[in-house]
Amino acid sequence: MARMTMIEAVRSAMDVAMGRDDNVVVFGEDVGYFGGVFRCTQGLQAKYGKTRCFDAPISESGIVGTAIGMAAYGLKPCVEIQFADYMYPAYDQITQEAARIRYRSNGDFTCPIVLRMPTGGGIFGGQTHSQSPEALFTHVCGLKVVVPSNPYDAKGLLIASIEDPDPVMFLEPKRLYNGPFDGHHDRPVIPWSKHDLGEVPEGHYTIPIGKAEVRRKGSAVTVVAYGTMVHVALAAAEETGIDAEVIDLRSLLPLDLDAIVQSVEKTGRCVVVHEATLTSGFGGEIASLVQEHCFYHLEAPVVRVAGWDTPYPHAQEWDYFPGPARVGRALVEVMEA
Amino acid sequence: MSDPDRLSLHVPEPAVRPGGQPDFSNVKIPKAGSVPRPEIDVAPEEIRDLAYSIIRVLNRDGEAVGPWAGLLSDDELLAGLKHMMTLRAFDARMVMAQRQGKTSFYMQHLGEEAVSCAFRKALDKGDMNFPTYRQAGLLIADEYPMVEMMNQIFSNESDPLRGRQLPIMYSSKEHGFFTISGNLATQYVQAVGWAMASAIKNDTKIAAAWIGDGSTAESDFHSALVFASTYKAPVILNIVNNQWAISTFQGIARGGSGTFAARGLGFGIPALRVDGNDYLAVYAVAKWAAERARRNLGPTVIEYVTYRVGAHSTSDDPSAYRPKTESEAWPLGDPVLRLKKHLILRGAWSEERHTQAEAEIVDAVIQAQKQAEGHGTLHAGGRPSVRDIFEGVYAEMPPHIRRQRQKAGY
Ligand SMILES: Cc1ncc(C[n+]2csc(CCOP(=O)(O)OP(=O)(O)O)c2C)c(N)n1
Ligand SMILES: [Mg+2]
Repeated sequence: MARMTMIEAVRSAMDVAMGRDDNVVVFGEDVGYFGGVFRCTQGLQAKYGKTRCFDAPISESGIVGTAIGMAAYGLKPCVEIQFADYMYPAYDQITQEAARIRYRSNGDFTCPIVLRMPTGGGIFGGQTHSQSPEALFTHVCGLKVVVPSNPYDAKGLLIASIEDPDPVMFLEPKRLYNGPFDGHHDRPVIPWSKHDLGEVPEGHYTIPIGKAEVRRKGSAVTVVAYGTMVHVALAAAEETGIDAEVIDLRSLLPLDLDAIVQSVEKTGRCVVVHEATLTSGFGGEIASLVQEHCFYHLEAPVVRVAGWDTPYPHAQEWDYFPGPARVGRALVEVMEA
Repeated sequence: MSDPDRLSLHVPEPAVRPGGQPDFSNVKIPKAGSVPRPEIDVAPEEIRDLAYSIIRVLNRDGEAVGPWAGLLSDDELLAGLKHMMTLRAFDARMVMAQRQGKTSFYMQHLGEEAVSCAFRKALDKGDMNFPTYRQAGLLIADEYPMVEMMNQIFSNESDPLRGRQLPIMYSSKEHGFFTISGNLATQYVQAVGWAMASAIKNDTKIAAAWIGDGSTAESDFHSALVFASTYKAPVILNIVNNQWAISTFQGIARGGSGTFAARGLGFGIPALRVDGNDYLAVYAVAKWAAERARRNLGPTVIEYVTYRVGAHSTSDDPSAYRPKTESEAWPLGDPVLRLKKHLILRGAWSEERHTQAEAEIVDAVIQAQKQAEGHGTLHAGGRPSVRDIFEGVYAEMPPHIRRQRQKAGY
């Protein structure tokens, strides 16, 4: 076991995957010599050579389009989109191509690619370095969507994603790269080295895509969260003293519906939390699944806490970010309903 | 090693990496004054050479020579020098302000000041730029108030963009400066659309598109060239080749094309390369392209050959990917020093006046900063309201956003 940040964990996953399988290639903007603007691919070019880890032209459609072509040949590309906010030029390639190649060729061709992309706010990145576009992927049939919340999961899930036979959108909450972040932006940063889930095995292991994890056992209310919001939800539970059960989805698609249903049947209440904007967000999907599957167990309406339906502002970042106070208010609201 | 019967992937590499000796011997620099100045209605196929050469006016001695010289008066050149010096002083103060935590982020122009400062002077009022984040000289040279720029950078209570945008992502319709997007290249094709609109309405205004070397790889760049070519849009298609795109050297975007300017040739668009560190050359070439556009002769591609002396942004440390002394080896020199030398040679300027002007400019920047800081900085003093998050998503606030604003307590 080693202590790793989420950056190191992600890097270690690619290292392990590249070491085991010559077909794994890594490329993207600034990922070669420099090792990526967040340094996630640092050292991989030196170790595996320029044809397995290299810089790409600034063309997201080109990056994803060539990755699809490489996958059709038989490679396993794991590419980096520098920020999730910059995946849009590739959206056509992702949604109309990668997602449907298996289906439209009836398995004659497949598309085992991974698109890694830093997501979410919390770094004063303004509207083009803060977005959470996961719902734009979960609405597409044929994609898998993964959002880890800690280094241990990040590594196991990324190796599983690279080994997966289908395209995986791998969203890395950038505010978690260097430490767990519970939304208290005015407090000192806690490093991953002080957190249990910063303990990461050096070698190969996987975490199955589609399995959620309970981060806090509780009986009063179920909080469904993923990514940064897992830590925010845990803080909100502590601060309100409400005995919440916090579920970390880890994968949005496929979704671990059983874990959600089991918990809500026990608690009878549910709060869904994400940083992405509210309207047509993934929270809407969870809320309707909960009412479909747990209606007769519910004691209160399902409540969603999410980013406001506006672009992510620069200066008012902390008024936008759904922090522990807002999640706490929602917990109180469902308890009092 | 390489088996002639087997394929191998070509991945371009810069000539030198950290630890190596900077080497620009592969950058061919023609003599100042040596490139001809064609008529503005020249057929693009007759000037293909200009996409591979470099138009230069100022020679080593500071003289203005050749067919592209002689367009600007002493006063105009002095104004240009002051604009570049102002932009440089402004950048230095704002980089410092970022380090002091007064803002989150900044991007400077060090070494590239001539490009946007000189270009602005080739446009008329009413023309529209679609800039990237590295053309603040367009505002400075159009006398946009520095305080307003700083208010935006500090996201303070007087920020014209109400705290919504990342620092330096200015917007000013009045000053012909389209709102900056963080998503690269999107604005390039929009400039073509603006120019097409001007033509549809039989107007006299022209547009200018801006992009960096690295961003020319985006599809929007190529779309822009197709539309500009097809409709002969009155647009100047600027490419600022400062050699780097964050850590990626220009060879990754340029690929097998000899130059970025040459991209225009396949679209039948006249394409010129110019010394981007030569204020007189930038102005002359921009003026040529502006006249073509205004006379309904269509688009022009211009590649400005320059060098990004500073870091990509305040989040970047270039020593990780290029030799520290690379900028000193850059063969086209410093745009401020070159224009200064020329003005002294003309008898219009002196070392003493330069030193004095420098002090006055720094003072003016500091005064503007004091005034802006009086309205707050990112984490202290006056700030935009939380209401401003919710305003301006639509012309009229729909009920769902109003509900959310109320939930936020505003
Ligand atoms: C669509 C998109 N992809 C990636 C980025 C991240 N990014 C910001 S600046 C930059 C480099 C741009 O280089 P260049 O076009 O040469 O302009 P320069 O910074 O040198 O002026 C990159 C990759 C972005 N902003 N938008
Ligand atoms: Mg560049």
